[in-house]
Amino acid sequence: MSDTFFSELESEAIEIIREVAATATKPVMLYSIGKDSSVMLRLAQKAFYPGPIPFPLLHIDTGWKFREMIAFRGRMAREAGFKLLTYTNPRGPAEGIGPITHGSAYHTDVMKTEALKQVLDLHSFDVAFGGARRDEEKSRAKERIFSFRAPGHRWNPKAQRPELWSLYNARINTGETIRVFPLSNWTEADIWGYIRQENIPIVPLYFAAVRPVVKRDGQWIMVDDHRLPLEPGETPQMLKVRFRTLGCYPLTAAVESNAETLEEIVAETLGATTSERQGRVIDHDGAGSMERKKQEGYF
Amino acid sequence: MDTLRFITCGSVDDGKSTLIGRLLYETKLIFEDQLEALKLDSKKFGTQGERLDFALLVDGLQAEREQGITIDVAYRFFSTSKRRFIVADTPGHEQYTRNMATGASTAQAAVLLIDARKGILVQTKRHSRIVSMLGIRHVALAVNKMDLVGGSQLVFDEIELAYRRFAGELRFETITAIPMSALEGYNILETGCAEIAWYQGPSLLQWLETVPTGERETTRPFSMPVQLVNRPNLDFRGFSGRIASGTVKPGDLVRVCPSGVTSRVKDIPVWGGSQSEAHAGESVTVVLEDEVDISRGDVIAAASHPVEAADQFEADLFWMSEQALLPGRSYAALIHTKAASVTITHIKHRLDINTGAHLAAKTLSLNEIATVTISFDRLVPFAPYPHNTRLGAFIIIDKLTNETVGAGIIHFALRRAVNVHWQAIQVTKSARAEIKHQHARCLWFTGLSGSGKSTITNLLEKRLHAEGKHTYILDGDNIRHGLNRDLGFTEADRVENIRRVAEVAKLFVDAGLLVLVSFISPFRAERQLARNLFDADEFIEVFVDTPLEECERRDVKGLYAKARRGEIKNFTGIDSNYEPPEAPEIHLQTVNLTAEACVDQIMESLVINPID
Repeated sequence: MSDTFFSELESEAIEIIREVAATATKPVMLYSIGKDSSVMLRLAQKAFYPGPIPFPLLHIDTGWKFREMIAFRGRMAREAGFKLLTYTNPRGPAEGIGPITHGSAYHTDVMKTEALKQVLDLHSFDVAFGGARRDEEKSRAKERIFSFRAPGHRWNPKAQRPELWSLYNARINTGETIRVFPLSNWTEADIWGYIRQENIPIVPLYFAAVRPVVKRDGQWIMVDDHRLPLEPGETPQMLKVRFRTLGCYPLTAAVESNAETLEEIVAETLGATTSERQGRVIDHDGAGSMERKKQEGYF
Repeated sequence: MDTLRFITCGSVDDGKSTLIGRLLYETKLIFEDQLEALKLDSKKFGTQGERLDFALLVDGLQAEREQGITIDVAYRFFSTSKRRFIVADTPGHEQYTRNMATGASTAQAAVLLIDARKGILVQTKRHSRIVSMLGIRHVALAVNKMDLVGGSQLVFDEIELAYRRFAGELRFETITAIPMSALEGYNILETGCAEIAWYQGPSLLQWLETVPTGERETTRPFSMPVQLVNRPNLDFRGFSGRIASGTVKPGDLVRVCPSGVTSRVKDIPVWGGSQSEAHAGESVTVVLEDEVDISRGDVIAAASHPVEAADQFEADLFWMSEQALLPGRSYAALIHTKAASVTITHIKHRLDINTGAHLAAKTLSLNEIATVTISFDRLVPFAPYPHNTRLGAFIIIDKLTNETVGAGIIHFALRRAVNVHWQAIQVTKSARAEIKHQHARCLWFTGLSGSGKSTITNLLEKRLHAEGKHTYILDGDNIRHGLNRDLGFTEADRVENIRRVAEVAKLFVDAGLLVLVSFISPFRAERQLARNLFDADEFIEVFVDTPLEECERRDVKGLYAKARRGEIKNFTGIDSNYEPPEAPEIHLQTVNLTAEACVDQIMESLVINPID
């Protein structure tokens, strides 16, 4: 891929980010620590260079992120110098909610969707950036770049505003909010190509390394800490794996890989025969589950 | 490698989603896990029996899969060794045409599908006209489902001929007709299938790989709408935006529109350094040599080819709301980065989608296209759409619902700013008011028919007159006998009714008078429009709040009884809506008040907003 190609994607995303900064009352950028967030962070830095990013970044911490992710989050906040907010739904620690005890659907609903709604209301954020891409999932492919949420953060996919050219109608009534997706037109391969071109720092989990894993339902689950209960007779084995996508650790499966460099990751991505979301347990909860989650306020 | 953005459009069931699913499948863009999911979905929702239903790859919303239709535009990505593609699969149903326009507005080429069995339909024409209006110049006429007409060349030739005849009035540069079957895979990737052996042209993919991606805007003079002013500290002041046309480099002389100020480009700072030059399509930040006052919505352009500003244009407008366009109503608009208030002052003609005939129209309904006169409340930098897409496209937004209700493109300015000068007036509004020992005001009485507006304004005028104030009443019924006798009671006429009265009230306030306007004025948008004509303290909205039951009980003029019998149409409160004010300056709850008490309340409020 040539530079001009990335220039087009980059310029479109920067235009979107600046448009929000120019029109929103109180914007915030969702920061998930993953590769897409890393790209979005770099684009925000570029959009306002030489000034700082004029809005905070927000991490919804489910309490079940890989340890390396949390370490990376702290490092980036220091190095990039953005204002970092973190939020955990108080119900999580209070009720001991987790993906293993409560199942992926309930855990995601409470610790991600509900937490997100709580923190947006808490700070009265009117616009929230997300790193979602249209190539990820079928209902995302249908979503606008400026995506409106009725009071209560509900998405109505059947009544999206027309969105022509790059004229983004950012007008909202009280109680309404907007989710904005600057990476809408990027693909997984674009993300990796851009990370390589720009040399953007990413969580080391994306690179192949020997890690302790167990096989569950045909997928490699990493044993990140003692909270993953082992089945009788199950012993973690050391395997060279990496992650194509990062979420909560028992909900994100690793793939066997030897890709230790960005070049190797790009080559592997271009030759991939399965989609990255295959490693996301949450998407397999049922057909149309992503659309339903989004209607309820999930990103 | 360049990128082509294209759309698939056409009528319902012409096979758009199936075609895209086929393209993704054939170009190996379907992952194994997605194929597994497709197999399951095809059994559950599929319309193709035991075979894979490719449409399910793109129809991602539950409602779409259940109904087997496309509701909203889906964006999908694929690439070949020659090009990268972003395809927008757009819905065929007339109800969802605005979603089709959403996809078309950013496309460089269109694949227009036609069912070989059905030929050209009204929706085929509607989509063609929108595609043409939005400036797409290259169209593939994909005559689909050729397998169902036995690969007949005769059928194909007839459709191609009919379409070329229809498209003669449109602005396409090339039309390439391709016979195909998305379901069977004929002429999608490869040509030369036995069933359509007579066809000599390119396959669809071959066409997509070679169609021009549009003129490079880089060859035109430099222009850039300012998106935001980047001012992190006192030492730095840059103007950020996406370059609409041309090239810019340090040292270039630029002129700002509309201020006309000139300066030179000092620097184009970019992450980690400076850019030696920047081109159309790039998001940049420009630093100028001089301290210039520039805001969001201004346009920086090459000094040798400055951008013009105007406030009235002829434009093509596509209406996207179930609420009809009302000429005279105030809407919000966005043109490049400039927000403004606009009114459509005149509908020149509406386009008959089917025949292309120019029809007279007083309003515009959902999915209609018209040529209109649009008036902005301020000067806006612009360029005709065919010359500069970014400076010539605008959207219209309803001020109450905030919905995007219209999309338009500018043909040309009707009145150039340079030719219009306000007559400089020596005797000012305040001078005229002072000589009468008063502040000029507009008291706008709104409320249902029979709520008591006329009674209260008459009493109030007497009271004010007794105090030596200069007043005038503009009463709904009286004005309709004269100035507005050409207007009826349709929504469009009601809007015009209010607009005229508001303008007259403004002139009277300008003359230094206390104007009492007594009009039902049922719509918030029009009262807001009236308010916008005045300075902040000049406009006082008085809500004469009498419940409908009470008005109907009084029925002084016997109008409610007639309306209930159906003898009067569009009667406010009966079969036409009244939108009560949300924050009137004065709120009269008349049920427990005499008319005298109401006037007392107004006089007290006017002390707070003093007349003296």
